[in-house]
Amino acid sequence: MAFGKYKEVMALKAKDAKVTGVAQDGGVVTTVLCYALEQGIIDGALLAAKSETPWLPKPVVATTKEQIIAAAGTKYTISPNMSAIKSAAREYALDKIAIVGTPCQIYAARKMQLYPFGARHIADKIALTVGIFCTENFSYAGLKTVIEDHCRVPIESVTKMEIGKGKFSVKGAKDVAIPIKETHKYEQDGCHVCSDLTAEFADISTGSIGTPDGWSTTFTRTTRGSDLMKKALAAGLFDKKEMAEFAAPMGLAMLEKLETGKKDKAKKHVEERTALGLYTTPGIVY
Amino acid sequence: MSFLDKVKGMFGGAPASQTEIKAPAPATTKSEGVKVAKPKIAYVHLSGCTGCLVSLADTYEKLLDILGAVDMVYNLTLADARDLPEGKIDISIVEGAVCLQDKHSVHLIKEAPEKSGLVIALGGCSSTGCVCTFSRGGQANQPQHESFVPINKLVKVDAYIPGCPPSPEVIYNFCIAAVTGDTQYLAPFMAQNVGGYHCGCDLQTNIVQNSLCMGCGTCAGSCPTRAIEMEFGRPSFNNIRCVKCGACSAACPRMFLPVAEIQKKLMV
Repeated sequence: MAFGKYKEVMALKAKDAKVTGVAQDGGVVTTVLCYALEQGIIDGALLAAKSETPWLPKPVVATTKEQIIAAAGTKYTISPNMSAIKSAAREYALDKIAIVGTPCQIYAARKMQLYPFGARHIADKIALTVGIFCTENFSYAGLKTVIEDHCRVPIESVTKMEIGKGKFSVKGAKDVAIPIKETHKYEQDGCHVCSDLTAEFADISTGSIGTPDGWSTTFTRTTRGSDLMKKALAAGLFDKKEMAEFAAPMGLAMLEKLETGKKDKAKKHVEERTALGLYTTPGIVY
Repeated sequence: MSFLDKVKGMFGGAPASQTEIKAPAPATTKSEGVKVAKPKIAYVHLSGCTGCLVSLADTYEKLLDILGAVDMVYNLTLADARDLPEGKIDISIVEGAVCLQDKHSVHLIKEAPEKSGLVIALGGCSSTGCVCTFSRGGQANQPQHESFVPINKLVKVDAYIPGCPPSPEVIYNFCIAAVTGDTQYLAPFMAQNVGGYHCGCDLQTNIVQNSLCMGCGTCAGSCPTRAIEMEFGRPSFNNIRCVKCGACSAACPRMFLPVAEIQKKLMV
């Protein structure tokens, strides 16, 4: 089945101007987290926040709406959010932790729930997983190379980055867009075995692919995710459209095309690794 | 077919009969109502700190599920018997490394697989050597006790539960999966996935150097001694702090990924 198991899929756009002003697309992650915090469904969230270094994210344990909103927006490089989970449970003493992450980080959180080898009394505190669509990720040096050597702008001058319509684009002091093809060689190799684009194991997963600017394609996958989303919709936090409104080649057709592409690429990459005699994660291609 | 045959069949042993395997219950199901013969369990305690046994007990009221589902025939810490009882045991759970200079320990670990259907290494010391790896002897009151090895140096191990200590939840899940015959859940505990010798350096060799790491940080979050820091999206190991418990390797989603288990048990 395309897009993994899910209950509903919809296009969403947050109504709160404070969120849409800083969000990458529809502001779904930020809005859902703020709502869940307000309702006591979570008492904190593991997020990729800004650090002192421009565009180098750092994992934070956010416990207020302000912190959640401050962490909005996509950073196209690695943020090891799972490294902060012990801190969230111990130092912050959180009982209901939300985890926001790329599909691979959702894998990690889910595996930890089933096989918590070194996670004493931690995994049972994961209250919500929010997955972000992901095609691949860059190392920080890779991202810097793309921006400074290819887009030819200083990284600190950039205010927003986006991937879409076949382009990698930066906005800020100067707006530049380069063909996404130019960036491929800077992708981290560990991403190439991954066949999950839509965060198939999150409670809620969301991303820009398939919907127009300012909107997010959003899946609810578990009862927990679906119940939370129903409440958030009932609270009037989002404008909602059916995915059917976006006809091919937009909408789910576009998402499926990219997803199939990622799955095929991963399968081929794993075959190449196997031919070279390299170990590859059991279970990663499915 | 008994639960033991099912589990043994999975670990490569020949099952005694070929009756159909029923769908296993989820690992989180309480054991009440599970209609299987109580397996005879021996808790073999070698050179370790008893932290693994404490972790087993740290499952609070769930400990009663485990103790209710098994027949504990040998446990130095909890019962009187000094030696493994006569007759067949179903599972020997081994905590601690083997001291090569301690004849009693060597005899005990050699006896374990002879008397039991399965040998399970519980915790870092028995799985990987863990902190015992660093022993150089010379300590009162047995200064001659110098070398401590993971049990797989001396006997064949059927499954490993790494960690220092393994979390109470993973021990509980393992035990319940073993008594309910949930072979899908148990499979990753076999040697090639989590056992043998694993430390921070192995994560570096098997995952990072093997170009599988994507920087999620789970290893750092799982390390009991905080020997791992994430630097520019990759684990950086403090090899003086690392106790070689194997938790980081086992927790890494690139070491094994239980997709079918996640789908079945969590995506509801």
